[in-house]
Amino acid sequence: MAYDKFDTLTSTAVPLPIENVDTDQIIPARFLKATERKGFGDNLFRDWRYRPDNSLKEDFPLNDSKYTGKILVGGKNFGSGSSREHAAWAVYDYGFRCVVSSFFADIFRGNCLNIGVLPVQVSPEFLEEIFKTIDADPKTELEVDLTEQTITNLSTGNQEKFEINHYKKDNMLNGFDDIDYLLNIKSDIKEFAKNTPL
Amino acid sequence: MKKTLFDKVWDSHVVHSIEDGPDVLFIDRHMIHEVTSPVAFLGLKQRGISVLYPERTFATADHNTPTINQHLPVKDPLSANQLKALEENSKAHGISYWGLGHEKNGIVHVVGPEYGITQPGATIVCGDSHTSTHGAFGAIAFGIGTSEVEMVLATQCIMQPKPKKMRININGQLSAAVTPKDVALFIISKLTTSGATGYFVEYAGEVFENMTMEGRMTVCNLSIEMGARGGMIAPDKKTFEYIQGREFTPKEAAWEKAMAYWDTLSTDEGAVFDKELTFDGSTIEPMITYGTNPGMGMGIANDIPLAAAVEGGVATYKKSLQYMDFHEGDAMLGKPIDFVFVGSCTNGRIEDFRAFASIVKGRKKADHVTAWLVPGSHKVETAIKEEGILDILHDSGFTLREPGCSACLAMNEDKIPPGKYAVSTSNRNFEGRQGPGARTLLASPLVAAAAAVTGKVTDPRELMELETA
Ligand code: SF4
Repeated sequence: MAYDKFDTLTSTAVPLPIENVDTDQIIPARFLKATERKGFGDNLFRDWRYRPDNSLKEDFPLNDSKYTGKILVGGKNFGSGSSREHAAWAVYDYGFRCVVSSFFADIFRGNCLNIGVLPVQVSPEFLEEIFKTIDADPKTELEVDLTEQTITNLSTGNQEKFEINHYKKDNMLNGFDDIDYLLNIKSDIKEFAKNTPL
Repeated sequence: MKKTLFDKVWDSHVVHSIEDGPDVLFIDRHMIHEVTSPVAFLGLKQRGISVLYPERTFATADHNTPTINQHLPVKDPLSANQLKALEENSKAHGISYWGLGHEKNGIVHVVGPEYGITQPGATIVCGDSHTSTHGAFGAIAFGIGTSEVEMVLATQCIMQPKPKKMRININGQLSAAVTPKDVALFIISKLTTSGATGYFVEYAGEVFENMTMEGRMTVCNLSIEMGARGGMIAPDKKTFEYIQGREFTPKEAAWEKAMAYWDTLSTDEGAVFDKELTFDGSTIEPMITYGTNPGMGMGIANDIPLAAAVEGGVATYKKSLQYMDFHEGDAMLGKPIDFVFVGSCTNGRIEDFRAFASIVKGRKKADHVTAWLVPGSHKVETAIKEEGILDILHDSGFTLREPGCSACLAMNEDKIPPGKYAVSTSNRNFEGRQGPGARTLLASPLVAAAAAVTGKVTDPRELMELETA
C-alpha cells in the first residue's frame, strides 16, 4: 500500500526509556485478530498503558498528558521479538511517524520502512541527551530531515546524521512501496522463475 | 571467490541488485497462517492483482486455533474470522490449505519440514519470526512482515539488503541432560537478544554435526532470539536421509539432480565471515531463564546475577526481575512453579516428547502443576501415540492436547494466568507473552519434565542420576 510521503518532521516526542522493548509489548498477541489494518493504535503498549481492569496506568509516558508528538523515542534494541507488522501498524495508527532509538531490531525496522514510519538510529549519547532534555522540558522538539538524513534536538541544537539506504529513502520521500517496484520488473521475475524449479 | 553457505544460497536467488539498496530476492517457498496473511490478501485485492505462483505458497492454521475439541466450531468469533479468511483466501487463489482438522495441519514450522516443503538451498519465508527453523536444512529461511507477505504473494520476491555473516562454532561433547535447547539458550545468553542483529548465522562444529535434524531445528529456530535474521546449518547425510521420500521433495531423476547441487552447499574453506565466535560445548549446562527476554538465561544450578554485574541498563534489568518477582542472587533451583508447557515450533517435535517422557516415566505429575502438552502437528501427535509415549504420559497423570501454537503466544484460550510461573519449552519469556501477567521460564523438555513431576525448578540430572544409581 502506498503511504504518506515523509520529508521533514518537527515535533515534540514521547519518551520510552526502556531497553529491549519487544513487539509483544508494542502490541500483545491477543490484539492481532483483526483481518483489516485498522484500530491497532488503541492497543499500542496495551499492557503497559492499562491495568488488567482496563484502568489507565497514569505514570506510563503515553498516558502522561505532558508528553505528546509524532515521534516516539525508545531505548536500545527497540522492536525485538515477533515479526508482527501489527507492531508497526499500531505505532503508526497511534499517530507516530518516526521512532528514534540507539538500536533497532531488524524485522521491526524493515516493517516500519514498509509502512511509512521512519526509524532513526542515533548514537547512545545522542539518545541519552534526548531523554534528558525531554525530562527537563517535555516541550522539547526534535527535527527530522529525511533529505538531509539529520535529526536535531532543537533544545540543544545538537544534530546527528542517520543512515538509510538510498532506495528506501526515495520510497519514503515519494510514498512508494516495494510492491510498486516489484510489479514493474515482473517479466524479469518470471524469467528468473523459469530456471528455479519448485 | 570463496563463498559461505549463506552466500551460495542467497546469491543464487538474487533477481536484481539495487545499488545502495536492497537485493530483489526470489522466494522458492512461502508459508502462510491465519494471523499475518489476511491483510496481505486484502492488499492484493485493493491493487486488483492475484497470486503469481500459488503452487509456491502453503497455508496452515496454527496461531489462534484451540488445542482441545478441534472438531467443534471455534468459539472466539475473531479467531474464527481469521481462520475463515485464511481458508477463503487460500481457496480463491489455489493455495494448498491445511486447515483445522486436516491431517497435515500443525504449526507452520513443524509441518514444513515434515512434508518436505523445506529443502536445502531453498529460500523460505513466512510471516512469523521463527521461520528461521527451516535453516536446519541448509535453507535461507526468515520471518517477514505482512507487507512482505503481500509482496511474495504478488511477485514471489522480497526486497532485502544482504545481511552480514556470522559463524558460531561449537565443538566438544555435550554433557548429560544438555539438549539443543540448552545450546541455543546458552548462545543467546552469551550474545544477548541483539548480539546478532543484522547478521545471518551459520552454526558449525561437532555439536551441530552430532545433532539430530530435530535438534538442529530447535537451534535454528532460536536464532531470531539473538536478533539474527536467521540461522542455518550445512546439509549432510542426516539432512538428506530426513527429507528423502517426503511428499514435496523431488523424486527419482529430480532427486539425483537436486542431490548433486545440495552436495555443494557448504562453506568454502577460507570463506570470510563478518564475525566468528567459538564456544566449548562441554561447558554448557542445562539452562533456564529467569527474566523477561531469552538472553536472560543461565545454568540451572546458578544464582540470578546481581544487577551490578549485568551489562546494559540496570533499570531495565530490575524492571524485569520485578515482573518475575525474583531477586538478584536468588537460586532458581527449588522455586515453585504452577504450569508446564511443552510444545511450539521450538520444542514440539517427537524428540521433545520422547525426552519429556524419559523423565516422567514411572513418576507422577505434581498435584499443583497444570501441564499443557501440545504436539507441533498431527504427525507428531500420531507418533506420540504409536511409540507408546501417550501411555507413559497417561500413567504419569498427563494428558495430550491437539496441535497448534497454543501457549507459545497465547492467542487462543491457552493463557497462563497472571502471576503464575510456567516452565515452557517455547521461545519467548517476554512480559505477557504467555498471557497477561504470566511469568515464563524457558527451558528444555527435560527441565520441563523435571519441573512437572517435582512442582519446582529441578535439575533434570538429579532425576536421571537416581535412575542410574
Ligand atoms: S509456536 Fe510460537 S513461535 Fe512457533 S510459529 Fe507458533 S507462535 Fe510462532
